[in-house]
Amino acid sequence: MNFFVDLLAATLRNATPLVYGTVGETYTERAGVLNLGIEGTMYAGAFSGFAVAYATGSPLLGLLAAILTGVLAGAILALLTVTLGANQHVSGIGLTIGLIGMSEFLNRLVFSGQEARRITPFQALEAPAILGPLAPIFSQYALTWAAFLVVVPLAWWLLHRTSFGLEVRAVGENPEAADAAGVDVSRTRYLALMLGGALMAVGGAFFTVALLGTFTLDIIAGRGWVCIALVIFGRWRIFRGVAGALIFSAVFSLQFRLRILPGWDEVPFELLLALPYLVVILALAISGRNVAYPGAYLKPYRRT
Amino acid sequence: MIGQAGPIRAAVRRSYRPTRWSTPGVAVAAVAITFALTAVPILLAGANPFAAYYEFLVSPLTSDFTRLEVLVGATPLLFTGCAVAIAFKAGYWNIGAEGQLLLGAVAAAGIGQVVGDLPPIAALPLMIAGGALAGAAWALLPALLRVRFDIDEVVTTLLLNPVALLLVTGMLNGPWGDPVSGFPESPRIAAAAEFPHLIERSRLHLGFLIALVVVGLAWYVLARTPAGLRLRATGLSPHGSRFAGVNVTRVLLGAALVSGAVAGIGGVSEVAGIQFRLTGGLSPGFGYTGIVVAMLGGLWMPGVILAAVFLGDLAVGASSAGRALGIPSQLGAVVQGTLLLVTVGLLAMRRSRLARPTTSGTGAAVDGVAAELAAEPPVAHDPAVSEDQPNTRGPGG
Amino acid sequence: MNDAPAVELRAITKRFGDLVANDNVDLDVRRGEVHALLGENGAGKTTLMRILYGLSSPDAGHIRVDGHPLEIRSPRDAIAAGIGMVTQHFALVRPMTVAENLALGRVGTLWLDPADVRRRAAEAAQRFGIGVDPDAVLGRLSIGQQQRVEILKALARDCRVLILDEPTAVLVPQEVEGLFATLRQLVAEGLSIVFISHKLGEVRAISDRVSVLRRGRHVGTAPGSTPEAELARMMVGRPTFGVVRESAPTGGRAPALEIDGLRVEAPGRRPVLGDVSLRVRAGEIVGVAGVSGNGQTELVEVLTGMRRPSAGSVRIDDVELARAGAAEVMASGVGRIPEDRHACLVGELSVAYNLVLEHLDEFRSRGALDERRIRSHAEALIERFAIKARPDDRVASLSGGNIQKVLLARVLSREPRVLIVSQPTRGLDVGATEYVRRELLARRTAGTAILLVSEDLDELLALADRVVVMYEGEIVGEMSASDADIDQLGLLMAGRGQVA
Repeated sequence: MNFFVDLLAATLRNATPLVYGTVGETYTERAGVLNLGIEGTMYAGAFSGFAVAYATGSPLLGLLAAILTGVLAGAILALLTVTLGANQHVSGIGLTIGLIGMSEFLNRLVFSGQEARRITPFQALEAPAILGPLAPIFSQYALTWAAFLVVVPLAWWLLHRTSFGLEVRAVGENPEAADAAGVDVSRTRYLALMLGGALMAVGGAFFTVALLGTFTLDIIAGRGWVCIALVIFGRWRIFRGVAGALIFSAVFSLQFRLRILPGWDEVPFELLLALPYLVVILALAISGRNVAYPGAYLKPYRRT
Repeated sequence: MIGQAGPIRAAVRRSYRPTRWSTPGVAVAAVAITFALTAVPILLAGANPFAAYYEFLVSPLTSDFTRLEVLVGATPLLFTGCAVAIAFKAGYWNIGAEGQLLLGAVAAAGIGQVVGDLPPIAALPLMIAGGALAGAAWALLPALLRVRFDIDEVVTTLLLNPVALLLVTGMLNGPWGDPVSGFPESPRIAAAAEFPHLIERSRLHLGFLIALVVVGLAWYVLARTPAGLRLRATGLSPHGSRFAGVNVTRVLLGAALVSGAVAGIGGVSEVAGIQFRLTGGLSPGFGYTGIVVAMLGGLWMPGVILAAVFLGDLAVGASSAGRALGIPSQLGAVVQGTLLLVTVGLLAMRRSRLARPTTSGTGAAVDGVAAELAAEPPVAHDPAVSEDQPNTRGPGG
Repeated sequence: MNDAPAVELRAITKRFGDLVANDNVDLDVRRGEVHALLGENGAGKTTLMRILYGLSSPDAGHIRVDGHPLEIRSPRDAIAAGIGMVTQHFALVRPMTVAENLALGRVGTLWLDPADVRRRAAEAAQRFGIGVDPDAVLGRLSIGQQQRVEILKALARDCRVLILDEPTAVLVPQEVEGLFATLRQLVAEGLSIVFISHKLGEVRAISDRVSVLRRGRHVGTAPGSTPEAELARMMVGRPTFGVVRESAPTGGRAPALEIDGLRVEAPGRRPVLGDVSLRVRAGEIVGVAGVSGNGQTELVEVLTGMRRPSAGSVRIDDVELARAGAAEVMASGVGRIPEDRHACLVGELSVAYNLVLEHLDEFRSRGALDERRIRSHAEALIERFAIKARPDDRVASLSGGNIQKVLLARVLSREPRVLIVSQPTRGLDVGATEYVRRELLARRTAGTAILLVSEDLDELLALADRVVVMYEGEIVGEMSASDADIDQLGLLMAGRGQVA
């Protein structure tokens, strides 16, 4: 029983960055743009969050810095792909390379030295004792609570119950129609990208200002790419994407805990670490066939 | 007008004057703008931008040894740049060159350890073939998923990169680990499996020549053979090619596998020519840099060679700048990323300057290289296009 | 209330590169009038109206609405000024419902309560007397219904000037009447209507005044009652135009193309193609009439090897081709001229490469491409088919007519036994149209079996020997072209009426 409680708690916790990243990428792709800069944006969010938290002593300020960084990253991608109509795959990869490089550059520049710098991160909020054995499940970081209880429902509501969300969806399906109806296609895509970027950066910052309290190289370890897969798995729907994030996180958390069980310690831990990625690919293979991409996916819009 | 009312509108005006931004012109402008932008982090590091650029670009060219080191650094980039270019040209977005290269390295380390009794003339081709096969095998699953189930290869190739790295560390911590020192390196490959050095007292090895041969072969096939034309046509218009009877499935599979194979040989080259064993830090992102190389080179093999040398120069310069000026070597990655973004942005701008709709209002012809690189084909309001479009997606389609 | 025209366009000029699409054009539209904009394909009518609606910006000239000068930079400005437009290819988001489409772009509110959205849509439908179901998914509606939604969208924004771009192109003759009735009613309520068309008959039937554009210039404005011959002369510079059909078809031959029971399923819906059977003989042109979207596209896709049918057979000389791919279909002697000529060529490749792409293996020498032979092949075809291009020109840079000629050259140079042709003259100017039609007739005389799919009834009746009508994926009628009755055809195309 304890095992499962512990697993569930870990699943929720580890899913947090994925939830932010997946929701952010969903918005971006729903508007018709693929953001391969997500990995770099998460890095940049992690680093800027850490750096500002270190400088000011406040993880909250760090979080705000991360949000700003994400907005900026989204705006850069928008400039390239929306205004200039550049190739989205390459722009995204370039952004990732540049942002990871910049994060590590600044990290080396500012924090070089032997000892790893640490900040006082956000603490997990202890659940009330009455919950007894279930308490660990509810002892999560504020960012985790926010992710599941605030960000996800809010994101869904924004997408489906506001005119902004309607415009985002229209612009991703048929930008000509949206344009002719009076929607500012460019502005809508910019907003979607900046909102998405902000969310992605928060996902990255979670590692530094909450979970670990420090910044290390390879801190994101490909989780941005996983979010891209999760968006497809989720068929560009917010709740389904979050479900995918939970599945990945469950497998990830599980493989850590399996190792200590008898008989499992023979299994090379690299194989276990690889398992979540393979599961995602499998999930895509099973459910990702012939899915209906947003109509204007990857297509820049021009009035001729 | 590009875009609509908004803060960015003023910055980009579409003009229909038939001015041509030449490709070399774009390259020079890209480099210049990149350096202007990256001056900021350099200044942050407390260095003089011009001194930094000197260190980064020029100083590697000043001595015989460093010049050869530039070529050494360019060698893996020639392989991955070529691999990525082949795939991208076919419209297959292979972002997995990193993993494919690592698989080639694993194969090389494995084969290299057991061919000690063979003469080099037999050992080397065996290793190279093994590496190519391993890289192709790693590229197979995403390719199959794409052609059978239309599953986006960007995601699948991307996800296999961390898995490949885990495979490498798994081998190094496991069967190939050194039980005594615990160092994350494999046993050394046999002497017969080592790539000979091309020039005394430099690290320039056979891999460089092999790279040139591979790139040259790729150029010939792409530019001069029917198979190459089919590949190019598929990348430019999958529907038009299928209509003309091209077996698009076969082209995509072929491009993906060849791409993986070439990247795999790149891994062989690093093991057999530089490291002589499998190490954890074998690839500092050669696969991703290969994307930069391919794009900077305009998906054109001669361009790939130039871009690979340029980035090799940058890599050597980055470490010397680190030593000389105290600038973290990661600046190299910042320059790479910025250069890629600026290049892609300029090419997109050039494309819209030249686009000249025909009577029916379709987006029209541009210099082929720019068209391939800069953007997905524009969505033009063409009255001739049928209303009932299936929900196709995908690059170049 | 001033007497100013509802809309005035003055000295509008628009260039696309070297092409002058609108050359110093003036236009005014009075209140409460139906003003037709007449001209052939490529005359600049759509360009002009896209400028008025803010989808394009002029290089010179200005616009006045109700006497006030106005700068229209986007559709939002146009809508605010009371201008609405129904574009040729509807600006509708297919996966969304009618109500959501109507809500798109509406200014003012951030919140979107679905019940509220639905209610507003129902109210609008009620107010303007246009029957639509707010909850219907756009993509599932018929073309005529979609058009109604488009019109409703414009009206719901309180437009006072409504622009309709070739609205009857997708309608059956009876639906056209319905549309005209709606338009007359709207005009009676004070709306002004700009009606873009290239069809003389309709223009004379519905408009109060006609402005004619030719090659980007405003040729003149005349009353709607002006005789056809004169309007035609304004449009093309000569009193009549059209194709005169040649002598009767060469007689009695065995069928060259046999289609039996062809079926294309669609999951959860009625089959897109349901048991289509057809015979085309050598030296015969069989025309396929029908409003677009009734299975013609899928029929052509199967015949050209681009789509697999769920059932049925396609035979040429006893060779079964229903499930064959493009290469096999070509190898059996089928020439294919599809409706989307841009998608079926590789625009970024040269004319020369496109001309040989279907048969690359014939142009190799020692494993490589035989560039010299490819080039001379291209030069020969360019000459023979009078293509205005050089072998190295990119196909995408050619005009529509020349692109069609490249396709024709590629296909006809192979002397195909069977030709599958779809919308061959769509978007082409008069010269290119006549060229294409002449070529088709020449092939017919030479003994090729031709299946011609066209939305243009006049074209079908002029070129075909027999006409079949498709409706909702089935062949609902067949008649010989010389005996064809337009009304009967119209009824069949609308799904009513039986074969006589």
